[in-house]
Formats: sequence, C-alpha cells, structure tokens
Amino acid sequence: MARITAGVATSHVPAIGAALDNGKSGEDYWKPVFAGYEASKLWIAEQKPDVIILVYNDHASAFSLEVIPTFAIGCAERFNPADEGWGPRPVPVVEGHPELAWHMAESLILDEFDMTIVNQMDVDHGLTVPLSLLFGQPEAWPCRVIPLAVNVVQYPPPTGHRCYSLGKAIRRAVESFPKDLKVVVFGTGGMSHQLQGPRAGLINSAFDNAFLDQLVDDPVAQSKVPHLDYMREAGSEGIELVMWLVMRGALDDKVHVAHRFYHVPASNTAVGHLVLENAASTT
Amino acid sequence: MTERDYHDIPGTVVFDGEQSRLGYHLNMFCMSLMKADNRTAFKADERAYLERYPMTEAQRQAVLDRNWNRMIALGGNIYFTSKIAATDGLSFQQIAAIMSGVTQPEYAQMMLGGGRSVEGNRSRKGRQIG
Repeated sequence: MARITAGVATSHVPAIGAALDNGKSGEDYWKPVFAGYEASKLWIAEQKPDVIILVYNDHASAFSLEVIPTFAIGCAERFNPADEGWGPRPVPVVEGHPELAWHMAESLILDEFDMTIVNQMDVDHGLTVPLSLLFGQPEAWPCRVIPLAVNVVQYPPPTGHRCYSLGKAIRRAVESFPKDLKVVVFGTGGMSHQLQGPRAGLINSAFDNAFLDQLVDDPVAQSKVPHLDYMREAGSEGIELVMWLVMRGALDDKVHVAHRFYHVPASNTAVGHLVLENAASTT
Repeated sequence: MTERDYHDIPGTVVFDGEQSRLGYHLNMFCMSLMKADNRTAFKADERAYLERYPMTEAQRQAVLDRNWNRMIALGGNIYFTSKIAATDGLSFQQIAAIMSGVTQPEYAQMMLGGGRSVEGNRSRKGRQIG
C-alpha cells in the first residue's frame, strides 16, 4: 500500500523563486536563505519519494474571484507553471499522479471532505517555490506532485482544525491506495508576513517560533488557534500557516524533527522550514 | 458594516465577504492584467480600459492615482492589485513601502532589521494581547 513517510513545511515566498531563477542565490542577501535548505536537499535526495502531496495556496493565478474553492485537488496529468505577470517561472512542468489523486478525491469526499476536483490548472509560486527549494534547478522534477490548493486569500480560510482533520483524512486516503508508493506531504506558506496597508512588513519571530514548537509537539492545541490570532500576531497573510496543519495532520502524533530553519527576511516575509519524519519511518 | 473582531487590527483590511462584494469588479479588472494584450491596452489608455469594467468611479480614480491603500479600502485584494504593480514594473516590496508610508530603502532596511514589530501594532483599542 501507499504510505506517508514524512512531512515538509516551508514558506513559499515568490522572491525566493525569482532570486533562484535570476541567478542571485549566491548574493549576500539570499545566501542564508538557501543555506537553510541544504540539509533538506540532501535529505529528500535520500528519501526519493514517489509522490509529493503539495498543500499550497493559489495567489489569484489559477483562481480569480469567479470560483473560490476552499479545498481543491489537482487530478490532471500535468500542471504548467503560471504566468504571474512576469512570464512563467523557468521551471519544469509539474507531473501529476492522476491515479492517486482521483483515489484521494473519492476517498476524501466519502470521508466528508467536499473537495473540488481540478483537471486544468496552472500552478504559481505557491507550489513551485517549495519544489525549487528542495530540488534546486533540475531538468525535470524528480517525482510526481499532487497539488492540493487551499483558499487562504478570501476570508475565511478553513479553520486550523479543519485543515488538521483534512490531513488525517489524506492519510487514510493514501493508506487505502493499493499500490506501493512512498508519499511525502508538503505544507507551505507563511510564516509571519503582511503585504498590505500601513502595517505591511509585520514580522513576529516569537509567534513564528512558538508556532514551530507547537506544530511539532502539540498539533491538536495548535489546530484550535483562531484565525484572529494569526492575523493579529502574524500579519494578514500569516494566516497561510493554517496550511501547515494539513501536513501535520497527515503524520504520526509523534514525529522526529529532522531539520528546522528560521530566517528573516526574504523580501516581506519570515522564512520557516521543517522536515518531520514519522517515528515509525525513522531508521 | 457588520462588526468583526478583526476590525480591531490596526492598518489592516481583512478581505472578507463584504470587501469581496465591494471589490469584485475592481479585482476582476486587475485579473485581466494577467494577459499581455490587456496590459498593453490598459497602458495605452487607462481611463478607457477602466470604463470597460463596472467599477465605481472612486475605484477607477484610485487605480488611476495608484492609491494602493485606497484600492484596498474599496474592496481590492493585494494579490489582485499587485497585478497593477507588476504592469507598472513595481515589486511587492515597492508597493508595500508606499502603503506603509516610507521609501523603498527605508522599508528594505526595516525588513533587514527584523521587520515591523508587532508591539504597538496589535490592536486599535490599544489592548496588547500576548
């Protein structure tokens, strides 16, 4: 059967992708950001997942305001990098895993998570920047990717508890898939940042680090944190952090922290990153 | 306006149902700038292009003035209005500086210094939580 062995959490700041694409990753400003992912690149090269379920949000690229799905799963064969106004990022096309994705869609819906099924979707920096951070600049991404888009642009996003519960349902879905596949779940977005208005540039390292601690040690408590706390403490766009709870829900209650990284700033945003292994998968 | 707990957060407009309803056409205009042809048409005659969308006059004027905070107040969402910025060749950080009333170098320096502190920025009523 398919199994989830690990989870990865990371910010998905567009400027990180731009820095990499424009050959600026060696500059003093960016060096510490990319250095924080070196260990994870080695880790994932060893892990060799067959599939990544990548939880992210679209930023008015594939979804405008015409249709706003709370949870959407990409079931297509492939997903093209979106043109976000500067032309598409020069990264490989994302190859999906329609068989597992459709199995997940069916399992999740019958498990009472009313997913939107998406067969045509471009993927923006929310999905491609995490892949770049973990895999660098390959000719092709080394594994299949199932995009799982969460609405966090239109208030209200799903609650932290709902996201955490979805993670558990994703695990049930994956573990009921009959083929032998190694799956890693990514939760992306955050950490503290605010992009709009007079409070733009807000960063709250204390909140971010407490979030990293609690996400690992007591995700149930973290899942009960209301939206107001994220928006007040971590900025209006810091609410993206609820997506990390989807990843956490898909893992064991007890996890091993293989890597943790935190850095300020990347453009307007605090960068946070975790690599979590299921205790049973640790050798 | 329905009172919401998050209205207490200073310097912040939460893009909720009320804002989305006000800003729908403004945001859909912004979305149209994803296409190169539309960017060209907008740049050629901004006023005429804006007339194609059933926005309020105040929204059109805010776009023409590049008054980023006003666009947000009138229902714009930052991920949509930033498409105008991209059309103008401005980065996210440049418009963030404008919206918070400082120069881009000052803003960049603030970020390098750890960003804007949450202390004093949590609550309009002055309540300090946490």
